[in-house]
Amino acid sequence: MEIDRQLLREMYYHMRRIRRFEETAEELYKRGTVVGLLHLYIGEEAVATGVCLALRDDDYITSTHRGHGHLLAKGGDPKRLLAELCGRVGGYCRGKGGSMHAADLSLGILGANGVVGGGFGIATGAALSAKMRRSGQVVACFFGDGAANQGLFMEVLNMAAIWKLPVIYVCENNGFGQYTRYEEATVTDQPIGARAAAFGLPTAQVDGNDVIAVYQAAIQAVQSARAGEGPSFIEARTYRLRGHHMGDVGFARRYRTKEELEEHLKQEPVGRFHRWLLEQQLLTEAEIEELEARIETELQEAIEFVNSSPVPDVSEIMEHIYA
Amino acid sequence: MPEMREITIVEALREALAEEMSRDPTVFLMGEDIGRANGVFNVTAGLQDEFGKERVIDTPISEAGFTGMGVGAALTGMRPVIEILFCDFMTLAMDQIVNQAAKLHYMTGGQAKVPLVIRTLMGAGRGAAAQHSQSLHAWVAHIPGLKVVMPSTPYDAKGLLKSAIRDDNPVVFFEDKMSYQVKGLVPVGEYTIPLGVADVKRVGGDVTFIATSSMVQVALAAAEMLAQEGISAEVVDPRTLKPLDKETILESVKKTGRVVIIDEGYLSYGVTAEIAAIIADEAFDYLDAPVKRLGAMDVPVPMVPVLEQATVPNAEQLVTTARSLFGRRY
Ligand SMILES: Cc1ncc(C[n+]2csc(CCOP(=O)(O)OP(=O)(O)O)c2C)c(N)n1
Repeated sequence: MEIDRQLLREMYYHMRRIRRFEETAEELYKRGTVVGLLHLYIGEEAVATGVCLALRDDDYITSTHRGHGHLLAKGGDPKRLLAELCGRVGGYCRGKGGSMHAADLSLGILGANGVVGGGFGIATGAALSAKMRRSGQVVACFFGDGAANQGLFMEVLNMAAIWKLPVIYVCENNGFGQYTRYEEATVTDQPIGARAAAFGLPTAQVDGNDVIAVYQAAIQAVQSARAGEGPSFIEARTYRLRGHHMGDVGFARRYRTKEELEEHLKQEPVGRFHRWLLEQQLLTEAEIEELEARIETELQEAIEFVNSSPVPDVSEIMEHIYA
Repeated sequence: MPEMREITIVEALREALAEEMSRDPTVFLMGEDIGRANGVFNVTAGLQDEFGKERVIDTPISEAGFTGMGVGAALTGMRPVIEILFCDFMTLAMDQIVNQAAKLHYMTGGQAKVPLVIRTLMGAGRGAAAQHSQSLHAWVAHIPGLKVVMPSTPYDAKGLLKSAIRDDNPVVFFEDKMSYQVKGLVPVGEYTIPLGVADVKRVGGDVTFIATSSMVQVALAAAEMLAQEGISAEVVDPRTLKPLDKETILESVKKTGRVVIIDEGYLSYGVTAEIAAIIADEAFDYLDAPVKRLGAMDVPVPMVPVLEQATVPNAEQLVTTARSLFGRRY
């Protein structure tokens, strides 16, 4: 597959922007500016980027509690996302949703979800809706390896398969579900994709730290969904470089060793892609620096936006219960 | 006066579905055996023939899955009406109803809209035992973000279902399985009934019965019996629990000074308790007697009819309860 330099530039821009956004959020959380629960996507940037860049602007995604990467890669605004994390009126949800419910319906981002596996039904229903409206839209449903163990997954796989719905189930296998290791909670004799394959879905297993591999698998799945051939499944193997959430510090939960973490740090996707781009002489140092400077400016603006955006007035409490 | 004819609740519901599907191409139906098989209770009979398999979708037995899909379709421009056969099976889809459908509008700061209708059956009376006979409307009425509708007549069933389908919020629509064949006058032409407006089903001056769904017929029968004794009972049917028409309820109670609330949900922590609390709070000074409540006994619904029937309030109990409110006179 031909991948042009403009696309590579976009890939790097998105991966790096997600990484720096998460680092910024982490920092602001420690200062008490970000409030609520915070699950960072650091280490998994290539998955959201590879999948979302394979989508059209009017396509849909459903996201997870670890969803900042999905939203940003789908074109979300870091200002409004950061403001949401900080509970400000300028945030995507006026502070009422926070990190776990950030959504931008106008960009097809149907929402992060606080319930593990909570996006399965919504994504599959959006695919049904797209098919009924003959809109040509497809849906990417992001979920973790932990979520794959929810029974709902089997229900929607079956319905997506019998009705040939345009949905792509993207399993981000980051090695952990909260403080439990993937291989301790999930059958590993067969990959997770075997479950989807049992319903006849085409499945792919890719290195989730390789943005190009993810992108290529996604392009294929999107093409077949768009062509009316039905759902697909992608497992992207990656690794969660931070704790489950901000409260998961050090090695107190005993689910991994320092050595394991260090081993994986060497494979982290943003640095890896950066090195590869330079090695292959696909982008120059100067081009990369320019992208990084642009990202820093955006994040600076996001922080200023947060500072200028007030917390909601208590009088807003009862607003938005009913449409 | 519009032209009227007598039809059953089943027929009224079917007309509402067919009319809304004709009016709005985004309305579609999804549920188990609703299409080719015509719906287990025939509510959707003929609709698949009329509107096609794409708009009257027979689903697998996957309540959580297709309820969640209803949410997703509603978020993206459609108006799904899904059927969960017995409300006992709402339990399988509770996350989709309570955590997803009910909360998305709020959690997204008003961005998302979920115009989803969930039709479901309630009520005992068929010897169907503990997993097919409950009335779990209080469970969903407890949740901000959901609307809850409980019609008792063909006229109400049709007008309220049409409004539910046009509403931009998730609505849980409870149909009492023993009332399906209840007949009543329904206009020939188009009409809707707004959600949140109670209906006085019988006017009276001595005591108010606030009755929902299946219990409206019970209350009307009791009122008839009491009339023989010279007690005039008013029957108020809230028709929707959320929104609840407090004004009509309070107005009636203020007029009569005596009230019995009757509902087929479990007595404890249920709808009757909520309405009683509102009356105690807002009409205390008008009361001449304690607020009384009748509900289903707090027990899993037994199969054998002799036990089953004892768990549900009946007209005789309501008459006795009403009489007790006139202690000194009777
Ligand atoms: C239904 C449900 N059960 C439990 C939780 C608590 N919880 C939040 S995230 C999480 C782990 C999810 O693992 P996975 O799906 O692999 O996603 P990851 O956190 O690895 O991105 C758990 C158990 C929850 N939010 N929802």
